[in-house]
Amino acid sequence: MNDIAPVHAIGGYVPMVDGPEKVSGRAKYTADVIRPGVLAGRIYRSPYAHAEILEVDVAAAAQLPGVKAIVTGADCDKTFGVLPIARSEHPLARERVRYKGEPVAAVAAIDEATARRAAELIRMKVRELPAYYTAATALAPDAVALHARRPGNVERDVLFELGNVADGFAAADLVREATYNCAEVCQNQMEMHAALAEYDAERERITVHASTQVPYYVHLMLAQILDIDMSRIRVIKPHVGGGFGCRTEALNVELITALLARKAGGSVRTVITREETFITHRGRPETDIRLKIGMRADGRITAVECECDQRGGAHSGYGIVTILYSGSMLYAIYDLHNVKYMGRRVLTNTPPCGAFRGHGTVDVRFAFESLLDQMAGELGLDPFAVRRANLLAAPTFTDNDLMVNSYGLPQCLDRVEEASGWRGRKGKLARGKGLGMACSHYISGASKPVNWTGEPHATVKLKLDFDGSIVLLTGAAEIGQGSSTVLVQTVAEVLGLDMSRIRVVSGDSDVVPKDNGSYSSRVTFMVGNAAIEAAQNLKALLIAAAARKLDAEPGDIECLGEVYRAGAQDKGLSFAEVVTAALAEAGTITVTGNYSTIPESHGGKKYRGAAIGGTMGYSYSAQVVEVSVDEETGVVSVDKVWVAHDCGKALNRLTVEGQVQGSVWMGMGQAMSEEAAYHDGLLVTANMLDYRVPTIFDSPPIEVGIVESNDPHGPFGAKEAGEGSLAAFLPALTNAIADAIGVRFNDLPVTPDRVFAALERRRRARGNAGSIETGRGD
Amino acid sequence: MARILEYTLNGRPRVDAVPDNLLLLDYLREIVGLTGTKTGCDGGECGACTVLLDDEPRLSCLTLAASVAGRRLDTVEGLGRDGRLSAVQRGFHEKLGAQCGYCTPGFVMASAGLLRRNPRPSEEEIKEALGSNICRCTGYVKIIEAVKYAAELAAQGVAP
Repeated sequence: MNDIAPVHAIGGYVPMVDGPEKVSGRAKYTADVIRPGVLAGRIYRSPYAHAEILEVDVAAAAQLPGVKAIVTGADCDKTFGVLPIARSEHPLARERVRYKGEPVAAVAAIDEATARRAAELIRMKVRELPAYYTAATALAPDAVALHARRPGNVERDVLFELGNVADGFAAADLVREATYNCAEVCQNQMEMHAALAEYDAERERITVHASTQVPYYVHLMLAQILDIDMSRIRVIKPHVGGGFGCRTEALNVELITALLARKAGGSVRTVITREETFITHRGRPETDIRLKIGMRADGRITAVECECDQRGGAHSGYGIVTILYSGSMLYAIYDLHNVKYMGRRVLTNTPPCGAFRGHGTVDVRFAFESLLDQMAGELGLDPFAVRRANLLAAPTFTDNDLMVNSYGLPQCLDRVEEASGWRGRKGKLARGKGLGMACSHYISGASKPVNWTGEPHATVKLKLDFDGSIVLLTGAAEIGQGSSTVLVQTVAEVLGLDMSRIRVVSGDSDVVPKDNGSYSSRVTFMVGNAAIEAAQNLKALLIAAAARKLDAEPGDIECLGEVYRAGAQDKGLSFAEVVTAALAEAGTITVTGNYSTIPESHGGKKYRGAAIGGTMGYSYSAQVVEVSVDEETGVVSVDKVWVAHDCGKALNRLTVEGQVQGSVWMGMGQAMSEEAAYHDGLLVTANMLDYRVPTIFDSPPIEVGIVESNDPHGPFGAKEAGEGSLAAFLPALTNAIADAIGVRFNDLPVTPDRVFAALERRRRARGNAGSIETGRGD
Repeated sequence: MARILEYTLNGRPRVDAVPDNLLLLDYLREIVGLTGTKTGCDGGECGACTVLLDDEPRLSCLTLAASVAGRRLDTVEGLGRDGRLSAVQRGFHEKLGAQCGYCTPGFVMASAGLLRRNPRPSEEEIKEALGSNICRCTGYVKIIEAVKYAAELAAQGVAP
């Protein structure tokens, strides 16, 4: 008995609990759920960027044999949208289309080929309106409003000044201002959007399988769009092939499929193409930034002024939240005072943007860290020294009321400085090679959910029955980030049991508790805390049962996982015996654990929307990027990345490393090659050849250092690991290029043609006279 | 027009009637019911649908089902032995070469094809073999580790 000890489930390298299904092809994604006799859904999309709809003619399509149902805007006058204050979108356009590719009608037919032919027979008559493909043109004084409720095409403007910016700039030794442009980028998750809707006409109930990050939001929007009671809806989320934010909203695909299924009185499966998935991307908007920073000679920042315009696309989506994040998240990484922010979310005739990994923070962080690097150079300061001159003294509240408790940024800086050999190598590399660094941060879940209902933020249930296995019921959406694994780990850790005793059931609204879903890096922190509470509640029941059985006080019972005993001399009870004793008392056991954020974390009220940015814990990241630039071709190669990420406590080092590497790499795609390009409003990069995702050849080694700042509120001290390391890559790259060739790129992506053009300009300029170079590349 | 297709699927002889214009990917998923092979793009861009035809990696989205007549076709469901994961599958599982898992069957099959013709590949050879497969989650770092580990396992006798 002396060798009995609780098993530890956290802190190591733990493969994912659903890994065997994924590597063997047994994991079912939405498109893999193929019902006999299911109808095929197909969407007819607008070929116009901006037009009044005069008529949608479906007569010829309806005549086609095999067509079972057609829906148009006339079938649904309800709107949807993730934010209760901005539900402006119809699943199928009514009265007006606002971007090329907007759904106008949909067909359900006996097979894919018939559905496609039917969709091709649909015609629309329109009166075209002026269309705006850039924020600047949509903002022109005489521009036609896309939405009557938004004259001027500004979905939201944000303005705050905290402190006194004029005084701050007056106190600076160096003031610099620069403009930045970041192209629109798409999540381009590997699984194309799909939905399966099964309508039970007898009972007027519907079951929808959806590739979503938030089954709860899909449930809400299905009720709204179908105009039926929520109790008549069941939402199932099978395996999901990546999200990165584009599936944090209910998308038109699942709503349209549900409308089709109800009209057809049966089951409809819609799997959209990669091109359509690009159009339905909800990605990161094209962003124009003007940034001005004041700095003292010692590197201390004295004032910040930031102006940010986002080309949001044709509907609000998450837009209001995005433009607020871009301002609020200027804070909580450095000790800033005297900050002015002017943000505008602009409506344009392009597909709606949304929440892309690092939501709202990435492009502004790129600008900020770029300008810091430039100013460090002018002041003769090391870039690390400039960051260290501006560190927060945590715990603290920022000027915009964000609560910062754990703060591992100093350790992140030390880690990558050391690992990269920065001090010995910076400035001493061969011609064409360079080193750059930057920092970033992110929230561990938004402290106020967008649908604020007053319920706990997260709920987990555990079921224990006669077989001695524990079933973990959660609404947390496993989308590849490892949420199921981390929840099993936390429950196993509390109970001292091997993970194999615990099974997860998730993603079925008939069975699992409601959850706010997988977005804003909330699951480990919030659902993890709920899982800990549930496991503690279960443990208390088991200890009480063991105490009764052993005729001891609960306080004297020692839980060793597989053995419960009253003192070291006691032989004790096996887990199975304790379970039997507990069930004898109560029958099948179900316990609940909840988690709610604390009010101090809810952000402030100093400006409208100031709650956005509030979280229980911020993750921190520092990166060093090493590049080689071929000055003959303009090709930039990333030779190596060193990243350190403060995730509070690594519950699973394997998945933390995987998430951090994936984030850095996704930042690399945005920085170097990815761009959603439009021609007259038509997305011309809607495939994986023109939308250049880095291949294995383009991708560098990424060395991850884990920093553990042990957050006081995090589950076992943990914070997020899946988003915070994305943003720093972008400026670390351009800072490294500036180090390598002396040209600073303020526009993304930094493609070889832009580098080549900038180098050509410099060659010509040097032919004339020496000058300072900036790379705009156009 | 349809024709009779006779071939070997995952080690078992099989006969089906298939339309001439049916893609191998759609045939596998919709007719055979093996949905492990994934559709990730509109044709030839991502590698998610990679299968092995006579041990050579092949994009099933660019292959007609009828063209595999008389040949040996392996999908991700056919790897492993006695219900246990193959070396490549274990590599991707244990080293976290799979996150969301959607591209994984394609990577697993391309890697299995590599190890069948080259049991001890270098890192450059691994990159070359996986150069036309896109993963959006991992940044490929752990995929390379997964394949190296799989080669070690296979050398120790685990079915590749």
